[in-house]
Amino acid sequence: MTTAQRPERSVPKPQFTDAEAGAQEFPDSGASARRYNYYKPAKRKQTHYEDVTVDVQPDPRHYLSQGWIYGFADGSSGYPLTWTKLKAWGVDKPEPERGPGSGGKPVEEWPAHGWHEFRDPNEEWEMTFYRYNANVVRQTTQNVENARQAKAFDNWTPNWKTFVERNVGAWMHIEHILGLYVFAAINRSCPTNMHNTAMVVNSMHKIRFAQDLALYNLTLSEEIEGFDGAAHLDAWNNDPEWQGIRKVVEALTAVDNDWGEMAFATNVVFEPLLGELFRSNLVQQAAAGNGDFVTPTVIGAGEYDYSQRDLRWTQACFGPLTSDKEFAAHNKELMQGWLAKWVPMCLEAARAMQPLWSQPDFKPPRFEDSLDRAKSRFAGIVTELGLEPPKELSQ
Amino acid sequence: MAKAHQKIQELSWEPQYHEPYMKYGTDYTFRKAAKKDPLKQVLRSYFPMQEEKDHRVYGASDGAIRGNMFRQVQERWLEWQKLFLSIIPLPEVSAARSMPMLFHVVPNPELHNGQAIQMIDEVRHSTIQQNLKRLYMNNYIDPAGFNNSLRNFHSDYCGTIGRQFAEGFITGDAITAASIYLTIVAETAFTNTLFVAMPAEAAANGDYLLPTVFHSVQSDESRHISNGYATLLMALSDEDNRQLLERDLRYAWWNNHRVVDAAIGTFIEYGTKDRRKDRESYAEMWRRWIYDDYYRSYLVPLEKYGLVIPHDLIEESWKQIWEKGYVHEVAQFFATGWLANYWRIDAMTDTDFEWFEYKYPGWYDKYGAWWENYNRLAVPNGHNPIVFEDVDYVYPARCWTCMVPCLVREDMVMADIDGVTRTYCHEVCRWTDVEAFRPTYQGRETPNMGRLVGHREWETLYHGWNWADVVSDMGFVRDDGKTMTAQPHLDLNPKKMWTLDHLRRCPPCGSPNVIINELDAAGKAAFLADYNKQGPAGRPAPASA
Repeated sequence: MTTAQRPERSVPKPQFTDAEAGAQEFPDSGASARRYNYYKPAKRKQTHYEDVTVDVQPDPRHYLSQGWIYGFADGSSGYPLTWTKLKAWGVDKPEPERGPGSGGKPVEEWPAHGWHEFRDPNEEWEMTFYRYNANVVRQTTQNVENARQAKAFDNWTPNWKTFVERNVGAWMHIEHILGLYVFAAINRSCPTNMHNTAMVVNSMHKIRFAQDLALYNLTLSEEIEGFDGAAHLDAWNNDPEWQGIRKVVEALTAVDNDWGEMAFATNVVFEPLLGELFRSNLVQQAAAGNGDFVTPTVIGAGEYDYSQRDLRWTQACFGPLTSDKEFAAHNKELMQGWLAKWVPMCLEAARAMQPLWSQPDFKPPRFEDSLDRAKSRFAGIVTELGLEPPKELSQ
Repeated sequence: MAKAHQKIQELSWEPQYHEPYMKYGTDYTFRKAAKKDPLKQVLRSYFPMQEEKDHRVYGASDGAIRGNMFRQVQERWLEWQKLFLSIIPLPEVSAARSMPMLFHVVPNPELHNGQAIQMIDEVRHSTIQQNLKRLYMNNYIDPAGFNNSLRNFHSDYCGTIGRQFAEGFITGDAITAASIYLTIVAETAFTNTLFVAMPAEAAANGDYLLPTVFHSVQSDESRHISNGYATLLMALSDEDNRQLLERDLRYAWWNNHRVVDAAIGTFIEYGTKDRRKDRESYAEMWRRWIYDDYYRSYLVPLEKYGLVIPHDLIEESWKQIWEKGYVHEVAQFFATGWLANYWRIDAMTDTDFEWFEYKYPGWYDKYGAWWENYNRLAVPNGHNPIVFEDVDYVYPARCWTCMVPCLVREDMVMADIDGVTRTYCHEVCRWTDVEAFRPTYQGRETPNMGRLVGHREWETLYHGWNWADVVSDMGFVRDDGKTMTAQPHLDLNPKKMWTLDHLRRCPPCGSPNVIINELDAAGKAAFLADYNKQGPAGRPAPASA
């Protein structure tokens, strides 16, 4: 009896190559060669975050010997440092002039300007932001699902249902617009890959939060009899309480060619004065009294994004500019100007929202007290940045 | 899920009080476009899905280290990853940065949602690839080239060629850059060879981490392809756009072919040790992935919507690969100039010769003798690097547009721009610079079109320099201060490795483009005539010509 032989398959043949670290000694075989050596870490040791973000985007003031190779029609190219009026030390120094026979002119003194000193204190990169946001959406979904099964929405007071359908619903638009048309938009404009990554993460938080609210709204439409899932559109488009804040939000997207002002005005001014005013000082305070333990968990996830993460990168980005070794005075004056411009707009919008405080059956703390808390929080953020709370805050 | 997607469309924003600042311009118009969002993706499902993909990637990474994967990776292969992984994170993050350019010009709020998710994906890709490179640096026998990867990439001519794949996404007319060049051509056509064909070759060379990471990357590309397709259909609705679409498809197709086929073709054909006869060649892969999958299945059906397809350029690209040896010419050039790079290039052996001859009949007659010389001159033994030795090879001029040298010699053309003579590898590259990237196109104002700028001929920067100084200036030196990062072989015995001392005695770096510009008109014409008679394989023009 013969054994039928299977025809030999054509597959790659692995070979023992002994190409693992430490197999031989030669120049650069040692442990000290096993680190990215083209950048200086912010602290003593290079972090994983720095390894995957720093210097991915080149800078002609460092190693970019052939320069940027595509330009806009006006001749600008790459990431012009003039796309904000803010300045970090060194930006006025000319780029190395390269040309025939010049060589690469690598810049050994690095960083060549202050923008490259920025590191996101949240150390966000691919692995971290998927884990974080996946956890948030899982937890939010579970919270809402648990409430649905427990018939928790039955406990809501009658006016709270209206409050949530119109006002919590309207807030989704704000998060969406800021996520897409402020933070995603300026991810093209900012000067380094570290800035860009932080802004994308900030953008994602906002877009996710907007969708969390939209999908929560969808669940409520299915679970609460008479809940109008389209009422948020009417509120957003027509309610006088929402038109002031809508003007501010739209104005944030319309800042004239300055990514710095857009990010600063949003995270330093808008968020504490209007964002936290609504989210923390109204919705979070009013919900429990109106029988709602679910909405605060959805809103709270977004609030955490801002207060514990997005504000942190913002402080790390703008704080050093007010004590910049070359342009501190310039930056302070500019930022004080931005405060003088945006604070009155935000306060006017806040006052337009005042009637919202009267809508729930169970009343939250007084509007003036809520606003005072928001102002106090804002003043603290501004002071930490090395700026003066603007006189307009007392309006 | 359908209800969820429909619900989030309620977030679409129509400005009431202030219009967003329009930072980026386009010459395209979207007056008649129907607004559709083809991407059914909400973040509630997106984040956990991506996290799960991540778990698989990082689990495989741990497994590779614990299982000593590096005992079986082919050095020939992994050395080329020093080039590839220094380039690719920048195009990825540039793609992220290009997305808001589209928000500003494509008046479809529903599509912006898909573009934002693409933006996030691209940051994922950039950092996950940087992380892969970090893992190679830590675990592969030779970390040099990985450890100074991003400095190298910014200094090296190969890196600059690759940078077109980044700056082309983010600069100039927003639709040309972020839609046609990036999503319609680069992502829809050429990621097939980048992220599917190449990882397969990595696996055949003992590296299963590259496939793990890049297949995970590729699984995001279908979303990006949808974004491009939706924008293209919108653009086609307005007949005024058709002239621009024709221009941009020609530019984007040809530039992608020149750049991606040069790099990935070389990695796959010359970076592998897998010489099974039934293993697909790059030409076969190209025919399957690019010609059949993209051209015939994706582009051609769009013809009925009025899209003018560059049939001639697609056939010409195939001709370049199949008849004119484009990939072989590029690989030979990389190896000729090994000393200007930061990875080690293995010589081809008899086994390789046999495979090439089988896959590309006539290969040996063209390239065999040169590779035998490369092998003969690999270890320093009183001679200079091959580029300075008499091996029947004329160092080529640099193409101003694609920045790959003019390697198919018969195709080289010249043009005088602003008093300087530029050389181009092909008529289409001349057209790209002289006609497409200009403020008017065929008599039409195109004020938003970008410009080709920068010091695009690498050799010109170092014209007249001693080679030891060139390599030191770029930083391609190992930690003993003299041994070169690059080597024309894989032997890590320090006695077999080239040092700066070997380079010090070589003739200076000379830029053909400087030399051409020193000639008078007759001299330039003679240079061109001679150049067009050179080749294949860089051979000088026949003496009788």
